[in-house]
Amino acid sequence: MNKVVKNASEALYGIRDGMTLMVGGFGLSGLPENTIAALASSEVKGLTCISNNAGVDDFGLGYLLKNRQIKKMISSYVGENAEFERQLLNGELEVELIPQGTLAERCRAGGAGIPAFFVPAGYGTEVADGKEVRVFNGKPHLLEHALVADFAIVKAWKGDTHGNLIYRHTANNFNQAMAMAGKITIAEVEELVPAGELDPNQIHTPGIFVQRIFQGKDYEKRIERLTER
Amino acid sequence: MALSKEQIAQRIAQELKDGYYVNLGIGIPTLVANYVPEGIEVVLQSENGMLGMGPFPEKGQADADMINAGKQTVTVLPGGSFFDSSASFAMIRGGHVDLTVLGAFEVTDKGDIASWKIPGKMVKGMGGAMDLVASAKNIVVAMQHCSKDGESKLLKECTLPLTGVACVKKIVSDLAVLEVTDDGFLLLERAPGVSVEDIRKVTAGRLIVNGEIPEMKF
Repeated sequence: MNKVVKNASEALYGIRDGMTLMVGGFGLSGLPENTIAALASSEVKGLTCISNNAGVDDFGLGYLLKNRQIKKMISSYVGENAEFERQLLNGELEVELIPQGTLAERCRAGGAGIPAFFVPAGYGTEVADGKEVRVFNGKPHLLEHALVADFAIVKAWKGDTHGNLIYRHTANNFNQAMAMAGKITIAEVEELVPAGELDPNQIHTPGIFVQRIFQGKDYEKRIERLTER
Repeated sequence: MALSKEQIAQRIAQELKDGYYVNLGIGIPTLVANYVPEGIEVVLQSENGMLGMGPFPEKGQADADMINAGKQTVTVLPGGSFFDSSASFAMIRGGHVDLTVLGAFEVTDKGDIASWKIPGKMVKGMGGAMDLVASAKNIVVAMQHCSKDGESKLLKECTLPLTGVACVKKIVSDLAVLEVTDDGFLLLERAPGVSVEDIRKVTAGRLIVNGEIPEMKF
């Protein structure tokens, strides 16, 4: 078993124009920085990116937006990314906005072999357009479909050569659910160790979900809103 | 006198009960954490994956791996835990969170809320707000009673895209505390120095006034 690749460019082998990617992270926390940088310096374009946010103008997926490598974003929050908001309002970018919990569950369901499920979020709003409604326990619910991706790109704190992953603090966020839902899942980690060194009790993502893993470098771990007492 | 943002947060904090798990939205709701009453312990849930959210870090102690849903650096309190987004929304959707406080652009006298989009002008996205309002047992909205142009934001029907329908239970605005009932906004309390007539003038939705309305106490 050899899941270890040298670096981000090697991890991206086989990626093509028009593919669908899941990219972990929440805001700028838990972002697969190395792999995003490698994508930004590649020629690949026409991507559909499933990611809670799209970084900021000059960090994270913001790079790929600026390079016009993304055709469509599937996200829950545009937030303070001015370029994202501009491309969205000008109709230059297809955007599907999804309630955050529904987005997380659609990724998890994709990895878990659950093709669709019902949730109450979005009932009575424009999110409900075209969706089947069913009442359970007296409450209307929307039918939501699972999401899968050609590549899921995630970031963990520690990983081993079998692909087992441990996240740190709130940098887990979407990484765990997305790691399950990639046809090929790429994990970049701050520290890569030989199999057997991580405590099996502490693993968040079992290695079965991960196909390629590498030790990232030069993590910037930028903070979007530094707040101190 | 209309309440400041801090006073709105302070009044909402009076809704907290010992042992509550609470989700606070971005903006005024975040400030509620500063006014938790003496003798009451609540656990704050941040939907990006934390229970037991603590105050902002001391200078120089910020950690990029520890943020709240508003992307601010925070700390974790003893007894806290971290989890992934899917588990976080299982807590929310599963009805395990006792109280949700969030902001709004508009609310209606039926409890509808609009908070995520101004067509053609501003799109922030719904984030976790639609999941929260669809599933929370108790939702309190923190908001300004009027827009900057003096237009009421407490309406019969929302003019902006909805976040959820018939979900808001209580509103704390800069002028009043109101409960959403089958018959409309039931006025519970007035901001100090604000009259019932002042509130009536800027409430476009159905307003119910029963007897003497007390002033808020801080």
